[in-house]
Amino acid sequence: MISMEISSTTQNNHQRIHPHKFTMWVAIASICMMFAGLTSAYIVKRNQDNFLEFSLPNYIWFSTIAILLSSVTMHLAIKSFKARERQKYKLFITLTTFLGIAFTLLQIMGFVKIENQGIALIGHNSNAAASFLLVIIGLHALHLLGGVIVLIIMFFKSFSQKIKTYNSVPLEIMATYWHFVDILWIYLLIFLIWVRS
Amino acid sequence: MSNEAILHANMGSAHATHDDHHEHHQETFITKYIFSQDHKTISKQFLITGMVWAVIGGLMSVLFRFQLGFPDDSLPWLEDLLGKWWAAGGHITAQGYYALVTIHGTVLVFFVLTAGLSGTFANLLIPLQIGARDMASPLLNMLSYWFFFIAGIVMLSSIFVETGPFSGGWTAYPPLSALGDTSPGSKTGMDLWIISMALFVVSSLLSGLNYIATVLNMRTKGMSMTRLPLTIWALFFTAVVGVLSFPVLLSGFILLIFDRNFGTSFYLSDIFLSATGTALPNEGGSAILFQHLFWFLGHPEVYIIILPAMGIVSEILSINSRKPIFGYIAMVGSMFAITALSFIVWAHHMFVTGLNPFLGSIFTLFTLLIALPSAIKVFNWLTTLWRGSIRFTPAMLFAIGFVSVFISGGLTGLWLGNSALDIHLHDTYFNIAHFHLVMGVASILAMFAGVYHWFPKMYGRRMNVTLGYIHFWITIIGAYLIFWPMHYEGLAGMPRRYYDYSIWESFKQFSDLNKFISIVVFITFSTQILFLINFFYSIWNGRKETSENPHGATTLEWTTPINPGHGNWVGEIPEVHRWAYDYSKDGKDFIMQTTPIGADEKEEKH
Repeated sequence: MISMEISSTTQNNHQRIHPHKFTMWVAIASICMMFAGLTSAYIVKRNQDNFLEFSLPNYIWFSTIAILLSSVTMHLAIKSFKARERQKYKLFITLTTFLGIAFTLLQIMGFVKIENQGIALIGHNSNAAASFLLVIIGLHALHLLGGVIVLIIMFFKSFSQKIKTYNSVPLEIMATYWHFVDILWIYLLIFLIWVRS
Repeated sequence: MSNEAILHANMGSAHATHDDHHEHHQETFITKYIFSQDHKTISKQFLITGMVWAVIGGLMSVLFRFQLGFPDDSLPWLEDLLGKWWAAGGHITAQGYYALVTIHGTVLVFFVLTAGLSGTFANLLIPLQIGARDMASPLLNMLSYWFFFIAGIVMLSSIFVETGPFSGGWTAYPPLSALGDTSPGSKTGMDLWIISMALFVVSSLLSGLNYIATVLNMRTKGMSMTRLPLTIWALFFTAVVGVLSFPVLLSGFILLIFDRNFGTSFYLSDIFLSATGTALPNEGGSAILFQHLFWFLGHPEVYIIILPAMGIVSEILSINSRKPIFGYIAMVGSMFAITALSFIVWAHHMFVTGLNPFLGSIFTLFTLLIALPSAIKVFNWLTTLWRGSIRFTPAMLFAIGFVSVFISGGLTGLWLGNSALDIHLHDTYFNIAHFHLVMGVASILAMFAGVYHWFPKMYGRRMNVTLGYIHFWITIIGAYLIFWPMHYEGLAGMPRRYYDYSIWESFKQFSDLNKFISIVVFITFSTQILFLINFFYSIWNGRKETSENPHGATTLEWTTPINPGHGNWVGEIPEVHRWAYDYSKDGKDFIMQTTPIGADEKEEKH
């Protein structure tokens, strides 16, 4: 009886999520609220006068492919890290970083295209429809760039010969965040397509 | 285990004592008192910074009360002290007046009652009462304080800008907040205000994340959620509200920054500026959109302020009545209800913005629903006091004072939450009286209660009791004398935010009343200095605490040494066997949470 109790409590301790991982989940909830605020503001605004309608540039779709691929490479990176295959891990983490940067660049190109169509994003002749796109998509991109910075730090750490870490917690937290930013993008994309149709 | 891992991962130079080996790392002044990651030190940093801001914000109210009570008198030395911008010829100027009320509101709501209150007690109590060596992430915790500190420095610097600090009200509605040409304070002052608030939001988010993760993941063995003291439940719900509502404010601010600096039209439309004689090209924006985003935080914010106060008061009332808290689960449930409702009532601040009356009726319904959990809490506090053997310590008096002002301020909430009555009452002194009593004074009283009660844990000394009594009685009487008459002024239609009422035929009759209120403000504010003297004197010279558990309380913070080091417990973290409110049970005065359930004893079912 007693031994059973002890084993159940130790198991209990094992099952408890790492506090840092949990903190990331709460942070994700918090970021969700920020975008919930912005997208509801968008809905409010859309129903008012003088809301310009224009089509999204194709670059949006290319960037979506990039971010989806980056989630795959992130997943492979964590798999190879856990399997202690360092070379593979380095390769996948590098790929993820580049895909993240590619995503951001493609989005910037999309905005350049919108500007070239004569639709001002900011400034006095801008329309809130375009400004909203810039703010919402731009803030998402900033969140992704935050992830890229952490990835670059991890990238350099993985080349360090002095310290070898086998603790997968930081990487797992990073992966959670990365997938979240990916899913957030899919949400924003569906939202923008649906609300603008 | 995770507790030890956290402490060691982040505290290379921690002074942590363990059961099998002793490590004594060198701690410098800087790592111990300035860039400390010890939650107890961070708590003191929040408290003292909050007190500095309370003095600044309080002094501002003294200055604008001088204008409201004595609009015809002048104090020439005020100009020497504050300069022409604020007090030309010894009168508070109009621009100075608006700057004062704006910064008074911002500072008291965010810096004192949010950071000062939950920053202090969440940091102090969460690890100590749940049985953890520190927060889930001591580093984020330290960063949270320093973001708050820098936010404060930026806000403080805005007071010294040539064009003055922001002066469009603490709610920062556009266009005053979005267009620099609309008023002097909308220029650099507003830039600094918004930077400061953005830093503050970051600080609140960092600390909120930490509090939630700590409460859910770092509890000691046996500390199930239903064994948590109510302080922890309250601080937990506070953090949940903060983490989910501050980001929305931030998104509102981001749009505001775009309107201010990049010429967009989120909030602006069809504006003619008389100051510059120009018509602005902005089209299609809606100032109401900002109000929605602002009040989506703004309303939960008042619960961020009141929930920790409720937790502190529940704990102190129970300890000093020597009785278990009445209706523990009802207390937790009502706090949960308040948390949930807080997110769906924001538009009651906007009844007169042209809101659809149908929507208004829904928001009225939800708003009035909050009366239920609030009434449950009040009932439970009163029944906890009922037939208790009450110890009237200063902390207990302040806690009872909290219940008193919470009732008298809360009842007027029923008036204001009603969209029909609000047409008459909105933006009057009735509103001022309501929120100052129910949120401002109530939370400040609870904060005092907490400081008097946990002072021995913070500094290992006691505060002077006699000064505490004087402080309490003048504060509570003063608070009622200041805010009670404002109800009458408000019912008579006296609007808030006016610079001088003596020139209005309809409000001239109140000039003596305003004088009276202002005099009470001066007396009540001066009394707070007694508290400051008591506090700082006692840190170094107060009576030394000799007992580990001076109040005869049951919770874990009183099982630590009188002056606990970083890591809180020497040796193992104690295990918890019962809930936190076993007072006057089985002929015993109190039973610690660490005492196992006896063979012939039943665990309290709650």
